[in-house]
Formats: sequence, structure tokens, C-alpha cells
Amino acid sequence: MVIKINNRSGEPIYQQLYNAIRDAVISGEIKENEPLPSIRAIAKDLRISVITSKRAYDDLERDGYIYTIAGKGSFAAVRDAGLIREENLKKIEAHIKEAIRLADETGIEYFVLHEIMRILEEN
Amino acid sequence: MYAVKTDKLCKRRGEFLLDGISLELPKGYILGLVGENGAGKSTFISLLLGMLRPDAGSISILGSSDNSVALKNDIGVVLSEPFMPQCMNASMIDKMYTGIYKNWQSDTFFRYIKQFNVPDNKVFSALSRGNKMKLAIASALSHDAKLLILDEATSGLDPIVRDDILDVLYDFTSDDEHSILISSHITGDLERLCDYIAFIHKGRIILSGEKDEICESYVKLSCSNAELKSLDKDALIGVRRGEYSDEVIAKRNALCGLTGAPVSLEELFLYMVKYGEEEK
Repeated sequence: MVIKINNRSGEPIYQQLYNAIRDAVISGEIKENEPLPSIRAIAKDLRISVITSKRAYDDLERDGYIYTIAGKGSFAAVRDAGLIREENLKKIEAHIKEAIRLADETGIEYFVLHEIMRILEEN
Repeated sequence: MYAVKTDKLCKRRGEFLLDGISLELPKGYILGLVGENGAGKSTFISLLLGMLRPDAGSISILGSSDNSVALKNDIGVVLSEPFMPQCMNASMIDKMYTGIYKNWQSDTFFRYIKQFNVPDNKVFSALSRGNKMKLAIASALSHDAKLLILDEATSGLDPIVRDDILDVLYDFTSDDEHSILISSHITGDLERLCDYIAFIHKGRIILSGEKDEICESYVKLSCSNAELKSLDKDALIGVRRGEYSDEVIAKRNALCGLTGAPVSLEELFLYMVKYGEEEK
């Protein structure tokens, strides 16, 4: 698994770590039930604070990408197709919202958006 | 449980007053104390170590407030001017500490000496500042301490040595029983390492909390006079006025549509201390 941390991007470090591990779990790079590095090991390796990595792990657990067994550490969760679908739907919605915003900005009518969608589908 | 917890700690030393310091460092984490020279960092640390008596307030270290010898065995200390007998070399220092610390581990000590490349035949006074510091850190880490207190331990050292020391500190906290309190005026070192940050200025804590939360709460932006006026006065941390624009650090949630860039600890501290007061 590759985890790139960029100090200068505006994105908080815990979010960058969250995204990297989430992507690795979704893509199957980390297999189901495979152990993840410990919070302290990953903090040391990436030279970030323990709270930062703990926050990323807490969020990953909350969102169902990993699970934690007390005293044993964290593991990649069983990949749930529904969960990934849900995640992608959220992303698609965000992109469409952005498309609508751009359309509104210059007065492009919505039927043009539908038209674009239809043409892209045909391709 | 807290590794360090102080409540309204006060100490007067001549003109200087350390005024009501309440800080908490949960066990297993790292707290960075940031302040300019003379802000009160060393006075605070001297109080923690029992080298000074507080005028008021309370201190609890590793759950105990009795300032006992047993407690000192659990604390590793590195002060900005490392104190060692000047005429001793590493193996003499090892012998000395065998008689002082209950859990002194010679093999650990010599492993660090080797890892740090500290010459073990030179007496303390003949070592460079970097090597003196490394020797002091090796000693602090070689008696099974649970709490490490470092006062300006990385100041005046070159970036390579500072980096070596950061590595060792990360190693130390891989054990979640271990905590570190580190004071420095060089915030770059603390930026990534620390879990908690406290800014100290003129004997008072002016900001403290989780580092991530602090860094996320503020942004830096460059704005015109009109834009500056549109911002809520209470949300401004500091303003550096310029001829062509004003550099501002403000609370992220009070931007009213303006956009800002992430702020570093150094900028935040500088703006709070230097460009904050004249505004108010």
C-alpha cells in the first residue's frame, strides 16, 4: 500500500490517510481481514502525530472500511458491495451538482445536460 | 490517566510571573510547549521536576503528586543545557547512572551511544553541542522512563541531528505507556510530531488543544482593507498590515466567502503574539 502525505495541500493529513487506506481496501489491495499497520507504527512511519492517525482509523471504522479487535489491532473489513455502491453514488451526486452549478453560472439549460448525458451513453 | 496534569500553576520569579498554567497531557501522547525565549517554558518545566516550588496550584505527574524519588525514576529529562560532570566520558557516565537510577540499563545506553555516533572516549566537556545533547537524550532513554521531558532539546542543533532525535522520539512513543512533553521555540520540529500543542506567552497559556484541531481552525489570507473590515473582529487572530494588502490569520468559520490557505504553527504563533495584540 502506498500512502502519500502532502503537507502543503489544503487537505487535512488525517483525511489524506483516510483516503489512502479506504482506496486500498476498496481496490482489494488490502485483502479482507488482513491486518493493517498499528496506529502508532503508521504515525511513526509517516511522521505524523498519533492523534492524526487515530482519527483516520476511527473514521475508517465508523464508515465500515476497517474493524478493530481490542488488543489485536485493526483489519480490513469484508468488502460490502452495497457500501461501495453507496460511496460511488455519493461521488456521482457531487459531480452532477458541480455540473448543474456550472450550467447555472452561464445559463445553460438543463435539457442540454440531458443531451450530453445521452451522447456520452451512446459512445 | 494523565502523564502530566497541572492546575492553575503559579510562580513568581522577580519581575516574571507564571500565571495560572493548566495543562493536560494524556498518557501515550506528545505535548509540545511553544513559546518565545523567556515566555516561561523552562520555569514551567522546573516546577514539574520539583526544581522550583509553586506559589499556588497543583501538579500531578504519572498520577502522582508527591515529587518522590520513585517518581523521578520514571521521568527522563533533557534540559537545554545538559548537565553532566564535565570530566566524565560515556562509560564513566554509565557507571554514575548505575548508582542513581533504579532501572539503569547499560546495554540500552551504549546502544544509543553507538546509534548516535557519540564518541565514547571523549570527556563531556570536549563534546560538540550536538553530541552533548545526544548523550543527554541517550541517558534519559536508558532507565525505563515512562515520561520524557525535553526542554529546548533540539534548539541549536543542525537539521540532521534534529532529525535523528525525532526518530528516537517516535520510537519512544511506539509504546502507548510512554508520553513526551517537549518545549521548543522551533515549531517546525513539533509540527508533525506533537498530538497536543500549547502556546505560552508572557507566563500565560494563550492557546492549547489538539494540534490537528488547532491547525484546522485557522486560515491565513491576504485581503484588502475593505475585506478586512467585513471580517468579524473577534475572529481575527492577527493582522500584518501592508501598503498593498493585509496578511490576516482568522478563524476558518468566520471567513464570509473569502478563501484562505492552511496555516503553520509558526505563523499562527507569530500572528497571535506579534500581530495580535496591536489590533486589540
